[in-house]
Amino acid sequence: MSGKMTVVEGSYAIAHSVKVCRPNVISAYPITPQTHIVEDLSQFMADGEIPNCEYINVESEFSALSALVGASATGARTYSSTSSQGLELMHEVLFNASGMRLPIVMTVVNRAVSAPISIWNDHQDSISQRDTGWIQLYAENIQEMSDMTAQSFKIAEDKDVMLPAMVCMDGFILSHVFEPVILLEQELTDEFLPTYDPEYVLDTRNPLSFGTFADPSAYTEFRYLQQKGMDVALGKIEKAAEDFKTIFGRYFGGLIEPYMAEDAEILLMAMGSVVGTIKDVIDKARSQGIKVGLIKVRTFRPFPAEVIRSAVSDAAIVVTLDKNISVGLNEGALFTEVKSCLYNSDINVPVMGFMLGHGGRDIPMSTIQMIIDKAAQAIKSGIKVESEYADLRGELL
Amino acid sequence: MSRLAPGHRGCAGCCDAMAANFVLEAVGDDAIVVNPTGCLEVMTTPYPESAWEVPWIHSLFENTASVASGIEAALRALGRKGDTKVIAMGGDGATVDIGILGISGAFERGDDITYVCIDNEAYMNTGVQRSGATPFNASTSTSPPGSQSFGNSRPKKNMPAIILAHGSPYVATTSISYPKDMMRKVKKAVDIEGATYIHAHAPCATGWRFDTSKTVEIGKLAVETALWPLYEIEDGEITSVRKVKKPKPVEEYLKAQGRFKHLFTMEGGKEEISKIQDIANWNVEHYGLL
Amino acid sequence: MKVTIGGAVKPGTTRVNKTGGWRNFRPLYNKDKCVKCGLCSLLCPDSSIQEQEDKYVIFDYDYCKGCGICANECPKDAIEMVLEEK
Repeated sequence: MSGKMTVVEGSYAIAHSVKVCRPNVISAYPITPQTHIVEDLSQFMADGEIPNCEYINVESEFSALSALVGASATGARTYSSTSSQGLELMHEVLFNASGMRLPIVMTVVNRAVSAPISIWNDHQDSISQRDTGWIQLYAENIQEMSDMTAQSFKIAEDKDVMLPAMVCMDGFILSHVFEPVILLEQELTDEFLPTYDPEYVLDTRNPLSFGTFADPSAYTEFRYLQQKGMDVALGKIEKAAEDFKTIFGRYFGGLIEPYMAEDAEILLMAMGSVVGTIKDVIDKARSQGIKVGLIKVRTFRPFPAEVIRSAVSDAAIVVTLDKNISVGLNEGALFTEVKSCLYNSDINVPVMGFMLGHGGRDIPMSTIQMIIDKAAQAIKSGIKVESEYADLRGELL
Repeated sequence: MSRLAPGHRGCAGCCDAMAANFVLEAVGDDAIVVNPTGCLEVMTTPYPESAWEVPWIHSLFENTASVASGIEAALRALGRKGDTKVIAMGGDGATVDIGILGISGAFERGDDITYVCIDNEAYMNTGVQRSGATPFNASTSTSPPGSQSFGNSRPKKNMPAIILAHGSPYVATTSISYPKDMMRKVKKAVDIEGATYIHAHAPCATGWRFDTSKTVEIGKLAVETALWPLYEIEDGEITSVRKVKKPKPVEEYLKAQGRFKHLFTMEGGKEEISKIQDIANWNVEHYGLL
Repeated sequence: MKVTIGGAVKPGTTRVNKTGGWRNFRPLYNKDKCVKCGLCSLLCPDSSIQEQEDKYVIFDYDYCKGCGICANECPKDAIEMVLEEK
């Protein structure tokens, strides 16, 4: 990696990335653990470090995203950040922004959702919004998150994508930790990220109406076009990562990042910071001769079905790790969707799912090791339980 | 062409269309309009048509003011503001009820927008349900009269007072029955910097149940009975009031509308009418209408 | 007609929808009584009464819905609502 490293808090690195991406309107409402990002951005604003930018201190997350709908439709590059309850409050507007094809970028600092109330990390917040038509990217560490932020503007604002993007980072684990990071350089970012130049804007010189109502004869085709934008985004996500590597010299993967996966018999799949822990466990396991590998899923929406199918086809078993759950189905989303994308294919690899880390429960290496052991067992004697908690505390029940 | 284009799906005699037309004529073409979900939005923009000749956006039901704030911020950030006015125009439900959070935020921040509430005193688009702006004893589909009820049991929410409490430099009440007065006030509101507010009383023939030709006539009765006072408040001081020399008895206003008919037929109705007269009398006193 | 991404729509396009067919009554204009106050044109919810250069008005029967506000408000009774002949 080239570039000067500084030790900064994860949130600061993200705020810095947003700054050099030259946003025009930032609108956000504070919620733990996103607060440091918006506080840092407020300081940048107060010191005049973000030209051509307005910062709206809104009275709720609903208003935060609504203001960005208006701003984005006017032609501004827009940014917000939130977590958990705030993201849930935005739920209605998420659909609205995607349906209106507004490439708003938002950092979701992943946090568990109430009830019970929890400020600690899991993925329930962003996962519960996976049907809203937003691109969803998940970062493993602060450097990746910082880089991904710039990439997400480029992907979202691409003329053939034009969909809003959620960039997800684990709350506290990444947001409140200090790490050595290479902050994005302004000149390189200007080279990487073109100015936002949308085709349809609110402009008195060329009046248009946005957000008209569509009766049954026209509605479906809008959904179809949103999906088409997602399909195009698959390629754009990979291209953005490649372009970023060319200019900045760093690469964290495209749609997925395989880690020791080529000859893996046991293939773990996960998103977010837990990937770091998994890589350490894999290194240890490999040294003991266990053929285990990882597919880090960077992109959850659009769901990269094709590359996942290619990546898992030679494994003996796939094991997904989910920091979320669909209550009533008793499965995490990654599990459900990976299992589903294999079902009709001729790839006959069994899939096991573990839910863990909910409400910020720590995931030590021993938990990952236990999962690997269970997977090895399942290869021998078949899957007994396809989806379960890896860290349920029986003594509390 | 500063009016709604014809061909929109508004009812014959639609008060919303009239209100929108007066606002558009007062402001001109250099305006961006934000609407919430409601009659005005639905009737003017069935895809792929739009009756709006100015840039227009509809997002959701409750976020009109927030969207307007965002547009205004974007215009400034992009250096495109010029003299462009950002107008948020919403119905009473979208304003005094579900949209009040966003409005409170925009007015607290003093964002440079003008908010026009088109008040036809119920959720008309969804079938005349009661809103916070529905007047005392009015019949709506969710506050119908019956053996246990005379209709809506609460007085009208005083939205201008709420806006005033946010320190808005200009708050005015208007009525579509007094178009020149309304246009004058709208023009004033958009030219004042900061968050300004216009509350427009808008009689709805469909929801209030009267003949479509009587829209303006009914609105005048509301003013002439002192039930809807017309005033301007600038920087916290009342600067103009439309005097009502001899306020008509509220019966004249109430009996002309189907939504108050039950007060004339039910037992105890007379007593309820006198309560409404009390409201009118209070207005005369409080706003100095005589 | 292809849908535009995000559904942005051109201005004034409701004109393709001729609402004149909604009428039961149509306004009959008596130019002799008209004092050119412009009130009817201002009030018309459907922008179907146009002020001419000479300040008299013409009625656009393609769109007029026959609400009768113009007739009810005309200070000189210069407009009369008559049954629409189909």
